[in-house]
Amino acid sequence: MQLKATSRVVGSIAVVDISGRITLGDGSALLRKTVRGLLDEGRSHILLNLGDVDYIDSSGIGELVSGFSTAKNRGGELKLLNLSRRVHDLLQLTKLYTVFDVYSDEATALRSFG
Amino acid sequence: MTAETKHLEITLDTQVESVNLAEEMCLRVAEAIGFGEDDCYRIGMSVREGVINAFHYGNRERPEKKIHLALDLTPEKLVIHVRDEGQGFNLQDVPDPLAEENLLSTSGRGIFLMRAFMDEFDVLRGRNGGAEIVMSKRLPGRAQSSHNGEGASRKRGS
Repeated sequence: MQLKATSRVVGSIAVVDISGRITLGDGSALLRKTVRGLLDEGRSHILLNLGDVDYIDSSGIGELVSGFSTAKNRGGELKLLNLSRRVHDLLQLTKLYTVFDVYSDEATALRSFG
Repeated sequence: MTAETKHLEITLDTQVESVNLAEEMCLRVAEAIGFGEDDCYRIGMSVREGVINAFHYGNRERPEKKIHLALDLTPEKLVIHVRDEGQGFNLQDVPDPLAEENLLSTSGRGIFLMRAFMDEFDVLRGRNGGAEIVMSKRLPGRAQSSHNGEGASRKRGS
């Protein structure tokens, strides 16, 4: 399934609702473009809602890490919301669950941004 | 290869679309064999990562090079070979993506995922100098203990 990403703004936080597969090629490229676009607009607090993402490969993982690091380097934060079982397991396997702030409730995630 | 082994081979172009094609093809084979949903996911992901490795690191995304994907179905396991036309590499030279200093690396997790998702995994020197990833998954219902030491790498000489 082709990746779709829709952004909305809640207060000072950009919430990106993503659906599909984040994989090598168009999926990773769209995620990169979306996150970089938000950062370039000055929106450095980003919450990626991955509730409808059921598949991420190593390229997609790399893109999530890239977004996380870029946001941090610009004084912001990138956090994750609503992981599917497979994405959750993948982040645990790769030890990235300890790197990202992960939430299962949007209101709690929004409140967590400083 | 024994008479009981079924063999399927496909040559792929060095392009992003080949990654999806290889994954899709192997998923269909895995489903037809009777692997469950989780094992199909692991096999599909491993094939995907193997072909990404060949596409990006092996063939350096050069379109004149090919990626060779082969499946061997034995009575015991499904063996998958992914061979590129690059320079080859040694597994011990691949950085550990779980090391603290590599956690925020944006690449280098493909080999780790294949190792984690498959029962056997090895990298050989391919017939023409490139790398040949050989990985296998025991067929559904096959016990682990009866296959120890039967490395997938024995299936094909380097």
